[in-house]
Amino acid sequence: MARLAGRRALFAGPVLLAVTFGVFAIAAASPFDPVKAYAGTAALGADQQTLDRLRANLGVDEPFWIRWWDWLTAALGGDLGHSSVLRQPVTQVIGERLVWSALLCAVAFAVAVLLGTVLGVLAARRPGSLPDRAVTSLAYLLEAAPVFWIALLAVWLFALQWDLLPAGGLTDTASEHVTFGQVTSHLMLPAGVLAVSQLPWFTLYVRQGVGDALAEDPVRGARARGLAEHTVLLGHALRSGLLPVLTLIGSRVPELITGALLVETVFSWPGIAAATVEAATAVDFPLLAALTTLATAAVLLGNLLADLLYGLFDPRVKLSDM
Amino acid sequence: MTARRIRGAAVTAAIAVSVAACSAPGGTAGDGEAAESVVIGVASEPDTLSPLLGYGKDGNSKIFDGLLARDAGLRLKPALAAALPKVTDGGRTYTFTLREGVKFSDGEPLTAADVVYTYRTVLDGRTNNTAKSELDAVRSVRADGDDTVVFTLKYPYAPFAARTVLPVVPEHIAAKQDPNTGSLNTEPVGTGPYVLTQWRKGEKLTFKANPHYWGPEPEVKTFTMAVIADDDVRATRLRSGDLDGAVLPPNLAATFEGNDGKRTYEAKSYDFRAVTLPTGHPVTGDRAIRQALDAAVDRQAMVDKILDGAGRPAYGPLPMDDPYFADGIQRAHDLAKARRILDRAGWKPGADGIRVHDGRRAAFTLLYPSGDKVRQDHALAYASDAKKAGIDVTVESATWEVIEPRMGKDAVLAGFGSVGDPDFGLYTLLHSSLAGDGFNNMARYRDPAVDKALDTGRRTQAPDEREAAYGTLQRALVDNPGYTFLTHIDHLYVLADRWDGLTTQLEPHEHGFASGPWWNIEDWQPKR
Repeated sequence: MARLAGRRALFAGPVLLAVTFGVFAIAAASPFDPVKAYAGTAALGADQQTLDRLRANLGVDEPFWIRWWDWLTAALGGDLGHSSVLRQPVTQVIGERLVWSALLCAVAFAVAVLLGTVLGVLAARRPGSLPDRAVTSLAYLLEAAPVFWIALLAVWLFALQWDLLPAGGLTDTASEHVTFGQVTSHLMLPAGVLAVSQLPWFTLYVRQGVGDALAEDPVRGARARGLAEHTVLLGHALRSGLLPVLTLIGSRVPELITGALLVETVFSWPGIAAATVEAATAVDFPLLAALTTLATAAVLLGNLLADLLYGLFDPRVKLSDM
Repeated sequence: MTARRIRGAAVTAAIAVSVAACSAPGGTAGDGEAAESVVIGVASEPDTLSPLLGYGKDGNSKIFDGLLARDAGLRLKPALAAALPKVTDGGRTYTFTLREGVKFSDGEPLTAADVVYTYRTVLDGRTNNTAKSELDAVRSVRADGDDTVVFTLKYPYAPFAARTVLPVVPEHIAAKQDPNTGSLNTEPVGTGPYVLTQWRKGEKLTFKANPHYWGPEPEVKTFTMAVIADDDVRATRLRSGDLDGAVLPPNLAATFEGNDGKRTYEAKSYDFRAVTLPTGHPVTGDRAIRQALDAAVDRQAMVDKILDGAGRPAYGPLPMDDPYFADGIQRAHDLAKARRILDRAGWKPGADGIRVHDGRRAAFTLLYPSGDKVRQDHALAYASDAKKAGIDVTVESATWEVIEPRMGKDAVLAGFGSVGDPDFGLYTLLHSSLAGDGFNNMARYRDPAVDKALDTGRRTQAPDEREAAYGTLQRALVDNPGYTFLTHIDHLYVLADRWDGLTTQLEPHEHGFASGPWWNIEDWQPKR
């Protein structure tokens, strides 16, 4: 297990390097002008001398590999640089926002896994029954629906039509303090939408896994021994049926991140999504590179976690073989 | 209400807001407690809150003060200065004496050194200030003792006093950091009526009354600027009571008409929409074409149809409310005149109805920034009006990245407008020395009479001479239109009717954050 983690860590280094290099290259090739992005609306009234001076001050004309190397060496020394578009140190941007993104993702993920498992087991119990058909069709429907569409629908329904939950923000607009109650009520819609967007994968995998397990010999044997139905279902079928879900947990991380991006935008959630979008359109190299590194690391960790869990729970898998 | 009761109410309001805002958002009309806390929805937020990088340079910052400020009629009045400046040396030296007893919100006193530091840092080429060129006239600035600041100019510059609304920063804080990246960008310390308590970028800025403020204590104790880019979302949140007020486009503002407890404020503005007619293009460079377009456009129809009546026809860059507006240049929509001008200049109708001259079709491209609905509507209306006179305008949308390199050849639906002095907006728009310089003089307009008038208006101190110069300029622009000015746009704000004495100023192109009925929120009186 330690060996697997170690090997992955060794592998992660080059991947992260390649990804950040790619980000710098793509950003440099983008048509966006960092000087205009920096100046904002003021650029539309600025003379050429001002724009040239900003260009020189910001040092944006250097080749991207030099900027990448400068960024990389500084980052390894613990200095992530200064975000030109948010006018804040990158560490501060991430520090202020990551916690809210992490909260959103964690809650959504937990809800999706739990609810997905419950619905999946419910559907797998009697294949072809009404609950099964209802759950399966709902899952396929949600799988096809774009996240932002679900988000807008949720805003329309819960915030505008029923006025049950706030439509956006971390707290009420007039509120000065971030209180637990405020954040909880504001978290419900975005986390709910994000969870719902991840739900179909878990539901369908659990349904399949548990359904298959129910037809296998050990379960049939357990049934024949006269064990109670819920013992069979939860103790035997679910345990082996959950194995594919473990892999899924890792592979869903990238989608969770992109989903969070859209959800945060719709709900004005002050996470790192807005910062990511701004960083990309403003060619804000330091911020963009840091955020991409973070996202890549999250994906790599997700995969490692899935593999480790799989190795722990499935006796047929040897971690040393992976 | 006594001061103590106000304070008591403020505390109660603060507690009520933090505990029960969920169940009772916004409060009810006439509620004395809720009137002390104001939540306003705006479309965008500043990039930075540091005046050294350009924040608040046109005045109306709630966190900072300049040497001078403007009243509702845009007249200059003393702020950090005790009086208007003494102008000597033929308009080359401006001397300000500072008001006594002014403190920054951290309790430190304001001195002349702070003012000098502010201006020197803005003028420093290493500071990433986008508006540095506005202070081009300044040769030097120095402190004379603790309470006197002396500016020496390179040339007599009449509107200089109007530039000194630039906010002053505390040297004892700012000098310790890099102006481009320091914490002053997000944690400002100033002398203004309010201090920033929280800034969640992209979501909101929260302010509370500054305990060290030199002016009268504001009645509005806390206010919040919620940043909501989408017009519809802003209107919805205003309707739900989450916001007390918001800036809205005309069609959405109209939906609040007759709504009890809500009032609409229409601010007239310098914010014009105009079509640039580049001199570098063989068709738009022809004076006959420009004059014909000027006569062919139906400005009143644009105001009625595109702006829902919230605006005025623009007969030049200055709005009709400006004291420098040259009365008599107003002209009606006159399609017959447009045709006469084109006929006389030899532009004859071709087979497809589009006029031709020396084998060249009267056709050009008009670009507008994509996503801007108001500009798109103006561009389409312009093309349709031009077509009636036999000129073929192809309307295209693009991002500024695409538009910028094409500005010398293609027409652009531009929007601009500065307050304070005619020099501020007109010089960069029209002077031939700035042709094609960044976004200045986008049409590459060159007219010796206009140049001369701009120079006179800039250098002479005599009010009649300035007025005559700007009158000449506006009439010259009618004769040789380098731009087709279409409309001046009113900025609309809808607010809960809980305060007395709200006013609006004549506003620049930018609006919503610094200007709007909240330009003087520190003076608002809650309704009894």
